Amino acid sequence: MNFELATFPATLDMLHLGLVILVLIFAVLFFKKQPVSASSQDNSNKTPLSNTPTQLKESTPDAALQLLTLLQKEARLIDFAKEDLTGHSDADVGAAARVVHQGSKKAIESYFDLEPIRKEEEESRVSLPEGFNASEVRLTGNVVGEAPFTGTLIHKGWKVTEVKLPKLAEGHDTNIVAPAEVEL
Amino acid sequence: MTESSDNENLPSSTAKYSVGIDLGTTHCVLSYLDLQKVEDDPTVEPELTIMPIPQMTQPGVVEENSQLPSFMYQAHESELNDQEFALPWTNEPNTLVGNIARNLGAKTPIRLVASAKSWLCHSGVDRHANFLPAGSPDEVSKVSPLTATYEYLDHLRCAWEHRFPDHPLSEQDVTITIPASFDPAARELTAEAANRIGFSSLTLLEEPLAAVYNWIHACGESWREQVNLGDIILVVDVGGGTTDLSLVAVTEEDGNLTLNRVAVGEHILLGGDNMDLALAYRVKSKLSEQGKELQPWQIQAITQACRDAKEQLLLDNDIHQVPITVPSRGSKLLGNTLRTELTRDEVRGALVDGFFPEVNITDLPRASRRSALTQKGLPYAQDPAIPRHLAAFLSKQVNAADDVLGESAESEMSFDPLANDFNSSQSSEFIKPTAIMFNGGVLKAPILENRMFAIINRWLTDSGAEPARLLTDVNLDLAVANGASYYGYVRKGQGVRIRGGLASTYYVGIESSMPAIPGMELPLEALCIAPFGMEEGTETAASTAEFGLVVGEPVKFRFFRSNTRRHDEAGVQLDHWLDDELEELPELQSTLSLESGRRKGEVVPVRLIAKVTEVGTLQLEAVSANDEAERWQIELDVRD
Repeated sequence: MNFELATFPATLDMLHLGLVILVLIFAVLFFKKQPVSASSQDNSNKTPLSNTPTQLKESTPDAALQLLTLLQKEARLIDFAKEDLTGHSDADVGAAARVVHQGSKKAIESYFDLEPIRKEEEESRVSLPEGFNASEVRLTGNVVGEAPFTGTLIHKGWKVTEVKLPKLAEGHDTNIVAPAEVEL
Repeated sequence: MTESSDNENLPSSTAKYSVGIDLGTTHCVLSYLDLQKVEDDPTVEPELTIMPIPQMTQPGVVEENSQLPSFMYQAHESELNDQEFALPWTNEPNTLVGNIARNLGAKTPIRLVASAKSWLCHSGVDRHANFLPAGSPDEVSKVSPLTATYEYLDHLRCAWEHRFPDHPLSEQDVTITIPASFDPAARELTAEAANRIGFSSLTLLEEPLAAVYNWIHACGESWREQVNLGDIILVVDVGGGTTDLSLVAVTEEDGNLTLNRVAVGEHILLGGDNMDLALAYRVKSKLSEQGKELQPWQIQAITQACRDAKEQLLLDNDIHQVPITVPSRGSKLLGNTLRTELTRDEVRGALVDGFFPEVNITDLPRASRRSALTQKGLPYAQDPAIPRHLAAFLSKQVNAADDVLGESAESEMSFDPLANDFNSSQSSEFIKPTAIMFNGGVLKAPILENRMFAIINRWLTDSGAEPARLLTDVNLDLAVANGASYYGYVRKGQGVRIRGGLASTYYVGIESSMPAIPGMELPLEALCIAPFGMEEGTETAASTAEFGLVVGEPVKFRFFRSNTRRHDEAGVQLDHWLDDELEELPELQSTLSLESGRRKGEVVPVRLIAKVTEVGTLQLEAVSANDEAERWQIELDVRD
C-alpha cells in the first residue's frame, strides 16, 4: 500500500480527495445519528472538524429559580443563607437548621428520584472495569496505569433518575422566589 | 398516554373504562380500569390504575398528585394575577380547588370551603343554599355543599378528559363512593351534584364495600380461601373526617361463596383530622406552660407539624421524640423559631388512649348525638373513643346476620317486643365478627390498627367466642377508589358481587285519628314504605293507606328509619316500637302543583310508593289513588 502510494502520488491524490469528501459525507450522516462515535471518524481523516469549539449548554434560569423557590418555600433556604449567624447560640442555629433540613428533605424527595451511583459501602475497596463511565466515577489520588482500577470508595455518589418539577404557567414570574406577605 | 381510539366506531353508550371516584371528606382519588381490554381478552387480569391529577399547588404552579384535596378557595380579586391561573386544560380556571385551595386557605381560612361532604349529610341546614365557607364575612362569595361537590367532580372530569380526549368521562361507567351511613337525602344530593356533570352511567357505592372489592381484587381467586361460609366480616373505615362501619356476611349459593352486606353504622364525624388537632392542642398547652402563648397561625403550623411527627412516632421504631419546629413568618429564622418536642408517650397517650381506649362491649358513646342537630356547625361526634362507637354498633346489630346465616331459633322466639327489650338491656349480647378488615388513612399506623384489633378480640374472647382474623389489605389511601373502579367491572357480570340494597327500613309517620286529650301528644303510627334490603332498580307496591294532598300547598311527612327492624314489609303499619328502634330523619315534603287543572285547596287522595334507582338513591312518590299514572315526587331534602 505504502509503496503504491509513493509511485503514483498525483492521480492518487485526486482519488484520495474524492475519498475524503465521501467519508466526510458519511461522517456527517453518521454524526446525525450517533454524535458520540462521530468524533473518532473525524480524527482518522485529519479534517479541521476537531478544532470546532464545543457547544456549551446554556442553563435556563427558570428551572434554577423554580428550585430556589421550592427550597425557600419548603425549607426557608434563602432566609437561612441570608441570616448572620454570629452572636446566635447553637441552640438557635440548631432550631433553624431543623426547619431547613426537614423542608429540603421534603422538597428533594418530592421533586427528584435519587439513587446512589455505587451500591458498595463507603471506605470499602472497589474495582473499576475497563470502559467505566468517567462521568459517574471520578478517579483521584495516584491515578496511573490502566483499567481495571482498584481503589477505595470515598463517596458513593448520587444520581437523579427522575425529575418531577412542577409545571409553570406561561405568565408566571420565576424571579419572585418568595412573595412579600401582608396580613390584613 | 392517550389510548388509541380504535373503538371510535362503537356506539357512544359503550363505556371503554370503568371509573371509580372516591369523593372523600379531605381527598378525592380517581381510579380506572380498561373494560375493553378485559372484554377483548377475558384471561387478562383487570388492572386498576390511579390517575395522577394535575392541580395548582401555588399561584402559577401545576403539579400532579394521586389525590385531589377536597378544598375550594374563594379568592379575592386582588389576591392573584390573571397570569397565575393555569391548568393543563385551561388558563382561566373559574374556581381554585385541590392543593392550592388548601395552601391558600391555611393562611386565609375565611375564604376556604372545607368538609363539603360532611355538610352534604348535615340535615340541619339547607344543602342547596350558598353558605360555605361557613361563618365568613358577607363579602366572600358563598357556594352550597352541592356546588363544592360538583366542582371537585368537575376538576376530575377536566383532568380525565385532558388525559383521554377521545373518551369523555360522562360516557364511562362511573362509580362514586359514599359513606355507608349516608342518609337518603345525602345520597340524593351526591347524585344530583354528579348529574350536573351529566354522567350517562352512574352508580353510588358504599365506601366500606369498595374497600372489600379492592381486597377481593388484590387477593385474586384466593379470596375464597381466606373467608369461610358463615363468616361475618367487620369493616372499620376511619378516614380523615368520618368513621364508617359495616358488616358483611359470607353465605353460599349454588356451591359458591357470596357476600352480603347486612348492616351499616351511624354517621360518625370522627377521623384523622381530630387526631392531628388533639396533638396540636397538647403541644399548645405544653408551650403555654412554658409561658409561650400561640397565635392562631402558629397552631395551624403546629397541626401540620404534628401530622408529620405522628406518622414517625406511630411506626414501630425506636424514635422517642420528634422535634416540632415552627419558623417565624418573617424572613428572620434565627431566634424566632418556636421549638418543642412531641414524644412517643405523648402521641400514644393522646391517640391510642384518647381515641382507642380499652373499653367494654357494654360501654356506649357518651352524650347523645341528636342534640347536635341544634348546633349551627357540623355535628361532630362528641365522644372521641372509636371503640365505644364500635361497641354500640355491634350491640345494636346483634341479630344482623340471622336472616342470611340462619342463626339459632332463640332470637326468633323473642319476637315479643317487650321480651326483646328485657333481653337487650340486661345482657351484653353483640354480633361476633369472625374476620376484620381495616380501611382509611388513620389505621395505616400499625399501633392503632393493633390496638383496635386487640380490643375487638378481647370482646370476643371474653364472651367465649373465637378471636377474629385480620384480612389485610394494602394501600389504604387508595383502596376505596380502586375498589370502586373494580366494582364497575363486577357489574359487567364478572367476579363476585356483594349483595346490599337498602341498609335501613324506612317509614312515614301517620297521626292516629282519635280525640285530642289535653296535655297528651297524639299517638303516632309508622307506615313502612321501603323495606330493608330493597335492591337497586326495584319499587314497592302502593301503600294501602291513603293520604290527602292539598293542591298548591306543601304537605309534610314525618320520616323515620330503622337499622334493626329487618322484617317489616312495605305497607306494614306499626303502632308501637322501642325507643331506639326508629330514628327520626328530616321531614319529607311534597307539593302538588296547580298546573294539573285542579283547584287550589282541593284534596287529592294519594298512596305512597318507594323506588331504589339504578344509581342507588331512594325515591319516594305520591301516586293518585284514582289514577296510577299521576305521580308526584316527594322531596327528601326539604328547603325551607
